[in-house]
Amino acid sequence: MPPLRFVNVTKRFGKVLALERLSLDVSDGEYLCVLGPTGSGKTTLLKLMAGLLVPDEGSIYFDDDLVNDVNAQDRNAVYVPQRYALFPHLTVLQNVAFGPLARGKSASFSMEIASKTLDLVRLSSRAQALPNELSGGMQQRVALARGLASGARLLLLDEPLSAIDARLRLDLRHKIRDIVKQSGLTAIHVTHDQDEAMSVGDEVLILKNGRIRDSGHPRRVYRRPSGIFVTNLFGGASFFEGIVDNTVGETALVSARGLVIQAPSRMLTLTSPVVLAVRKERVRLSTNPPPDMDNVFEGEVRSIRFLGNSREYVIRLSNGDSIVSRNFAEGEPEFKVGDMILVSFREADVMAFEYPPQGLSKELEIA
Amino acid sequence: MISLPSLALSAVTLNSMKRAVTWSFIIGLTVSSLDILAGVPLAWLIVRKRGHWATILDSLADIPFIVPTVALGFSILEFWSSPDGIAQLFGSNNVVPPGVVLIMLLHFAFSYPVIVRVMVGEFLNYRETYEIAARTLGASSFTAVRTVTLPILRPGLLAAFLLALARSLSETGATIVVAGTFENGTVFISNARNSGLTSAVVIASLILILASLAVFSAIKLIAPRIRIAPLKVWPNFERKLSNSPTVAVRNIVSLTIFLAFVLLPCLFIALPAIMAVANGTATEAFAGAGPWKAFWSSMLLSYTIAGLVTVVNIVSGLPLAILVARNRFGSKITKLVDALVDLPIVVPSLALGVSLSFFWRNMGSLPEFWVIVLAHTTITYSYFVRTMTASIQEVQPELEDAAKTLGALPLRTFRKITMPLTKYALLSGAILVFTRSVDETGATSAVSKTLKTAPILLVSWIRGTISVTPSERALGVGFLLVTSFLALVVLRVVAIRKPSRGVG
Repeated sequence: MPPLRFVNVTKRFGKVLALERLSLDVSDGEYLCVLGPTGSGKTTLLKLMAGLLVPDEGSIYFDDDLVNDVNAQDRNAVYVPQRYALFPHLTVLQNVAFGPLARGKSASFSMEIASKTLDLVRLSSRAQALPNELSGGMQQRVALARGLASGARLLLLDEPLSAIDARLRLDLRHKIRDIVKQSGLTAIHVTHDQDEAMSVGDEVLILKNGRIRDSGHPRRVYRRPSGIFVTNLFGGASFFEGIVDNTVGETALVSARGLVIQAPSRMLTLTSPVVLAVRKERVRLSTNPPPDMDNVFEGEVRSIRFLGNSREYVIRLSNGDSIVSRNFAEGEPEFKVGDMILVSFREADVMAFEYPPQGLSKELEIA
Repeated sequence: MISLPSLALSAVTLNSMKRAVTWSFIIGLTVSSLDILAGVPLAWLIVRKRGHWATILDSLADIPFIVPTVALGFSILEFWSSPDGIAQLFGSNNVVPPGVVLIMLLHFAFSYPVIVRVMVGEFLNYRETYEIAARTLGASSFTAVRTVTLPILRPGLLAAFLLALARSLSETGATIVVAGTFENGTVFISNARNSGLTSAVVIASLILILASLAVFSAIKLIAPRIRIAPLKVWPNFERKLSNSPTVAVRNIVSLTIFLAFVLLPCLFIALPAIMAVANGTATEAFAGAGPWKAFWSSMLLSYTIAGLVTVVNIVSGLPLAILVARNRFGSKITKLVDALVDLPIVVPSLALGVSLSFFWRNMGSLPEFWVIVLAHTTITYSYFVRTMTASIQEVQPELEDAAKTLGALPLRTFRKITMPLTKYALLSGAILVFTRSVDETGATSAVSKTLKTAPILLVSWIRGTISVTPSERALGVGFLLVTSFLALVVLRVVAIRKPSRGVG
């Protein structure tokens, strides 16, 4: 029995369609990451869950009960906004005790729950501090504790890490997940950071223009994305436009502005325009022809980005297209800008998609 | 050398003075509290409803603010106390006779827009997410407002309360009109001055100033220290207060209070003025016959003075606003200057006028015209500097720094960066100064001897010192009202063009 279900939910703001016939199931104790560019409907989705917005069409169920008209205060779904909205006039302890107090529990009972919850997020020592005396990470934990203490079953996190330093963010995202899992809550975590979604979500949901583009286990979405937009948003890749020239058994030969790329032939029809995508880490670089590679092309190193544990090379192929290679291995040879090298990748690593009706660049927009 | 008059008082005078000053505070504190209770729900309604009706309501709430206070006093007197006013509804001669209750009704009406104006600004800048967070934590909307929104907006509430209090403590012109035989502090000072009791004027002014300062400092010191934590919530009861029938009742009550106690009494003056157009008084007025010759020269005088005062304010107030906003004196002195700038807002205007008249009289033979200009400058300076300081503070210094690193000299930086970003504040500050100078009665009556500005002339018309017909009186007030309306229109047009700021 899923604790949260959307059936064909539509939400409009004036003429703007924020969510269109959206259906989803979230199971008990699931940590769902919602990923999408600005304006994709992420926050609208959260607010519908919280009861802060009412759907124009469709139904929202909590535990099989229709909650479309249930007030925010009666849903037990705590909305944690981007900057947490800790009440600045209350101490940390009073903030955490707010939920039980608001539901009419006695002061002593509420304070006790609050202290216990603060223990859980390891902030008991700061119980008497005011929110603005805490670091961003601590404020984040107070916001979580406040949600937990209110007896929430559903935690709605709106870009919970966007206000936090890059380095701390990596650490915190796992802490949030741990706290949520420990307390047996169901959480919806909205983000525009694909790494974040990939690493903490039990499931991910990818939104664009108010519609679900893909959803499922992060590994599945990464390996077999539903389309060009998802491939680009979730992991990124190099893209090539081409036309299917010929198919030989399982292999399709795609001519892409002078290069012939081998791709898996399933779902491709002859002479149809296609877009091919190759993940960065699937692209190998070498000076000598590599064995067992289906696609080998010559190219020139145009730029190199050093990323600590890896390097990213941007290579220009002979047809003028660019391809990116991410290279992790320590022992791999290093190249310089201007080097002429060989670029290679397997046929199995090529993802092929139908050419999008509005053109490739439109489909790649993630802003 | 400054020569002060001897300060002897009879016991009777001393007693009535004590009583008058005490009443000033009773009236001020009561009225400001009532204004908060009545004004906050209306400000809330304006901000949360949005749309056309809210905008219209917002403009209407400003009307008592810009109606000259003397006209306001006259209007309220007519509305509550004359047989032609609200009394017609009840079949009695007057519902509220001149006196303490009528003063309270007057002060309630003219402090009300201050509360609404300040609180609308506060609600607009308030991050609604606090309330949203509270609601998803299980609080009903009433609980959320009571335990989260209002405590967070406490500084704004306090500022609104103090402004309302200051206005109530210092108002003279309109209060005289509705006071009857009752005396509060400012009426006492005015009466004492008319009876030639110089020492009573001086002592009462001094006491009123000191007491105001003491009360203000006490409230400013104590209020922020009171911690409000939600210790008890009554979920079922507060939920009932949050449901839509209750909210509708609350909105109707706030609107009714606004209409019946603020808007209608303030605009009541317009009715006899319309009749004046019909019975020929208007023709006489435009011809400048009878008392109108003096009236028009008073209007001319008022507007000349207001224009000059505005220019003096901009020239002298702008540099100070920049210095304060940019902390150029160092933090301690800046704080002190910042606090001193507020002084003329706190001090009762008549007391200020008395103080100024002593000051300028001792400065030698300055023409009376210039004494009035200087007195008005003193009174309006705070409003201008306050408005501009706040606005300049909102311009990030980084913008100015960026302009400087791009090679702009300080004057050019100010002209091209700071000025355009603060020009609306400059304009609204200037309009505030201008309208306040046109309305000013208390201080002007203290410093003027022979010259009569429009409000001063109207006071003598209304009090019967100069004999005029009722429709002449109404029309005179109406003219001042119309000119102030024009100022309001300009202010609105400017405000509408103002780009929204402080989002998110």
